[in-house]
Amino acid sequence: MEALVASGVGVLTAVGVYLCLRGRTFPVVLGLSFLSYAVNVFLFATGRLVVGRPPIIDPAAPGYTDPLPQALVLTAIVISFGMTALVVVLALRGFLEAGSDHVDGREPRDERR
Amino acid sequence: MTDWIIVPVVLPAAMAASIVLVARFDLALQRTLSLATTVFLLGVAVGLFLLARDGVPRPYLLGAWPAPFGIVLVLDRLSALMLVLTQLLALLVLLYAAAGWDRQGRHFHALFQFQLMGLNGAFLTGDVFNLFVFFEVLLIASYGLFLHGAGVRRLVGGFKYVTINLLASTLFLFAVGTIYAVTGTLNMADLALKAAQVGPEQAGLLRTGVALLLVVFAVKAALAPLHLWLPGTYGVAAPPVAALFAVMTKVGAYAILRVHLAVFGGAGSPAIGLVEPWVVPAALATLVLGTLGVLGARSLQRLAAYSVLASMGTLALVLAVPTSAATAAALYYLVHSTLAAAGLFLVGELVAERRGAMRDELVPAPPFPQLELLAAGFLLAALATAGLPPLSGFLGKIWILDALRGRSAWPWLWAAVLVTSLLTVLALARAGSLLFWKPAALAAPAADPPPPRPRPLVPLVATATLLALPVLLAGFAGPLAQELEATARQLYARQSYVEAVLGPSSPPAPLER
Repeated sequence: MEALVASGVGVLTAVGVYLCLRGRTFPVVLGLSFLSYAVNVFLFATGRLVVGRPPIIDPAAPGYTDPLPQALVLTAIVISFGMTALVVVLALRGFLEAGSDHVDGREPRDERR
Repeated sequence: MTDWIIVPVVLPAAMAASIVLVARFDLALQRTLSLATTVFLLGVAVGLFLLARDGVPRPYLLGAWPAPFGIVLVLDRLSALMLVLTQLLALLVLLYAAAGWDRQGRHFHALFQFQLMGLNGAFLTGDVFNLFVFFEVLLIASYGLFLHGAGVRRLVGGFKYVTINLLASTLFLFAVGTIYAVTGTLNMADLALKAAQVGPEQAGLLRTGVALLLVVFAVKAALAPLHLWLPGTYGVAAPPVAALFAVMTKVGAYAILRVHLAVFGGAGSPAIGLVEPWVVPAALATLVLGTLGVLGARSLQRLAAYSVLASMGTLALVLAVPTSAATAAALYYLVHSTLAAAGLFLVGELVAERRGAMRDELVPAPPFPQLELLAAGFLLAALATAGLPPLSGFLGKIWILDALRGRSAWPWLWAAVLVTSLLTVLALARAGSLLFWKPAALAAPAADPPPPRPRPLVPLVATATLLALPVLLAGFAGPLAQELEATARQLYARQSYVEAVLGPSSPPAPLER
């Protein structure tokens, strides 16, 4: 399970970084989303991967899983969700006002028709 | 009395919400509420500063949950100093903006209060994840303020600003997760204890987490090569907003001081000695690039933006040195450079709005009203920015040079600081002569000058007050220096911080990881 989660975080991060380096806004927004998924899974794993244990101390259970990373992930999800909404609106307004969503603020010459 | 610690966080939050809900369509009421809140907050900050002068860190347990299980706010000399600086700057900027800038877009005052909430929270918190949350609060508000009165340039620049900060926030979470995975805590006092107990097999992981965190704070502090977002943001934002943003880069500097030098700088911490080898070269590069930007800027606002960059470079040179003498010098320059940069932004805008279509472009233009007055203001701002005597910039730079003496390669650091200062003087002198002397040499103004419009007095008064502060900083440098040395000593007295937060008899719980 560790290998699966670790490679999942790795692949999500790699995809996110690649997309963030693109020149247009839409891939960048997707890349930011991928990065936030990666960090959510990563945070979840920082409390160690435990299966089938309650997140509180229960005398009947053989152990417990760390509840704090789950609270951290919840906060991170809420923030990244709001931020994604903001950045989408911003990208759209910028595209409508500037007529281009390229990182330079105008269309590159070789792609212009 | 310690209950007042929560006020600088809760009051602006409540006021921001009330301004949106109650005073949505009434700008006069918004201004009144916002100004009254900020004046009150300044009073609270000064009160907390006086309270913190006895040298005992005071924790505020949110929900009365004992540390390290609940979140704590901690008031000590450093956080109190940053609170006073922030409220003072905010009040003057708000006075300036309330004379008309706040009409350019909606919700200026609500966003402004949210920004204050985020800044105050970041300075007060004693928990690393809570620091992340307050960073987000201040960033969300800053996105709104940056886009205030939006134009195309601001929208395009805004996307980049938001994106780089979202990337930094993601990295922040990775760093926090790594640190938590090793130590099992995010409370700063507890981290200071646990960092010393981390075994050699986990030490590398902790160093990685702390180094990632340094990258995040370097983005906030605009250290090269992570500085590229700054000129496009500060040079484009509405000038009063840019003046307020002068304190935002200092949040990054504060976070490095608090987390890297105080929390993870204690004896036995695996992350010790991480800051200086990385931050000093970055600071040098920032200083040089910022100064080149000042030389090449074609408008006064961009010049001011690059001067923020150069001053961050100077500040970071000495910030990286983990001794209390160096930290005191860094704090003095931090306070000074915040006020000087904000002053330069506001003077630039006063000039720009009187020059008509020329705005603040550095090209000759016909004379404009109140030229002599603004020239005097620009002279003060330029003296402060360049670090010439008799203002506080000079004292700050001397103190920094003194603190750097004896560090590795210090003659090179001295040379960098002195040469960039000279270049800054050149650039500012050229800008000043273009703006204020060339008009007199140009042909007389048109036969019928337009009748002078009545100009509001408040922005002039706010700017003059802001420009007078470096004079005061220089005039009261002696008592202030003693204060800042005590602040720096307290920052490195980790034992008293830990005992204040976790209780006096806290046997360190064994690290179960």
